[in-house]
Amino acid sequence: MELGEVLQIIEGKVISRDVDLKQEIQMGGGADLMSDVLAFAQEGMLLMTGLTNPQVVRTAEMAGVVAIIFVRSKLPPPETIALAEEKGIPLLASRHTMFETCGRLYKAGLPASSLFEGVLKQWYETFESKKSGA
Amino acid sequence: MQPANAKEITKLQELTYELKVEAAMTRNVATISPTATMAEFREVLRANRISGTPVVENGKMVGIVSIEDLIKALAAGELNAMVGEKMTSKPATLYADEPLMQAVSKFSQLRFGRFPVINRQGELIGMITQGDIMRAMLKRLEVDYREEEIHRYRASHIFEDILADDVALVFGYRVAARDFARAGEASSGLKKTLGRLGIHPQIIRRVAVATYEAEINVVVYTDGGEIVAEVRPDRIRIEVMDKGPGIPDIEQAMQPGFSTAPDWVRELGFGAGMGLPNIKSCADEMDLKSTVGVGTHLTIIIYCDGLQKTGSGS
Repeated sequence: MELGEVLQIIEGKVISRDVDLKQEIQMGGGADLMSDVLAFAQEGMLLMTGLTNPQVVRTAEMAGVVAIIFVRSKLPPPETIALAEEKGIPLLASRHTMFETCGRLYKAGLPASSLFEGVLKQWYETFESKKSGA
Repeated sequence: MQPANAKEITKLQELTYELKVEAAMTRNVATISPTATMAEFREVLRANRISGTPVVENGKMVGIVSIEDLIKALAAGELNAMVGEKMTSKPATLYADEPLMQAVSKFSQLRFGRFPVINRQGELIGMITQGDIMRAMLKRLEVDYREEEIHRYRASHIFEDILADDVALVFGYRVAARDFARAGEASSGLKKTLGRLGIHPQIIRRVAVATYEAEINVVVYTDGGEIVAEVRPDRIRIEVMDKGPGIPDIEQAMQPGFSTAPDWVRELGFGAGMGLPNIKSCADEMDLKSTVGVGTHLTIIIYCDGLQKTGSGS
């Protein structure tokens, strides 16, 4: 799915400069917890989040997130936009809630990042081994 | 993913914002006084092989006169008329300190062949044509391209170029305590460096995620520290060392969900007790040693041939 289509589906706005709307988005994920993003994001992922501080962009950079949507009409501070422009990560805004923004894209066929299950399983196993060891 | 030419267009757009009109314009422009005759203007055109020139009086630009004005004057038999009568006064101009983007849009809007360039005092300092813009951009692209090529070439061949039985590159980064605005700069620098070294993107991603989580920990919980990455052809070893306060119970700290983070950290999207488990899932080997009152020493090892490691890196 191209970023331009994403923009239409969420009825959103572009908030950073020089955004290439032809950019291909492979999957999506929503989180406000940056450690979750680091754990389940995959290269090529679109991130939906309600957080707007610059660390969201840093997290995106490290995790290979290719574009960020701020949900519920939240606008990021200038530092966040500046860092995103420097790193070439497009920023979009949606007036819908996290649930609806994700839901619209999922319904339109944008797949979910599949890593999440793998990570959950790993954590579960850690818990289990802790229990049996204790 | 993004096609190569789309990236190039963005790069060009970027350049038109980055470069100033000044950098592309031609200086030492031939000018003419408003009191000169059209016959004299014809000589200026012929001598300089140009098709138009700004009209300047006392250092200030008062108009522009072109070959079209000359043809009209010729047809009307007014070669002795003064340039000041035949020129276009108040011509469209560009400021020297405007971005080239401004010039590009003026050329496409007004469809003129050239624009006089003035400074903020209204003094003429040059002329710019579309050809000038093209030349300036190509020159800049070439310079940028060469620099990046040199970076990449030098970096990605380094392991082959160095003659030794054992090669290791060491990169050190300092991490300041509680400076949340800059948290992640060390990891970002390391990520870029590994890219230039030609390391596999999936390996880089695991290193970046693990280092970033560790860096956030140093910023949030400690009195500052450093990150040292040792890169060998077969593995990357990252050591994260801080100056305290240290972790009292490492086993507890390793549990997913265990956190001592204050509210301000949680508000920023961290501190949910996932940092160390995340690091563990990215690392092939992880070792955490800590002494309360002294500091914590985290070692992460990621093998460069172990692409199939599960967890957040794959």
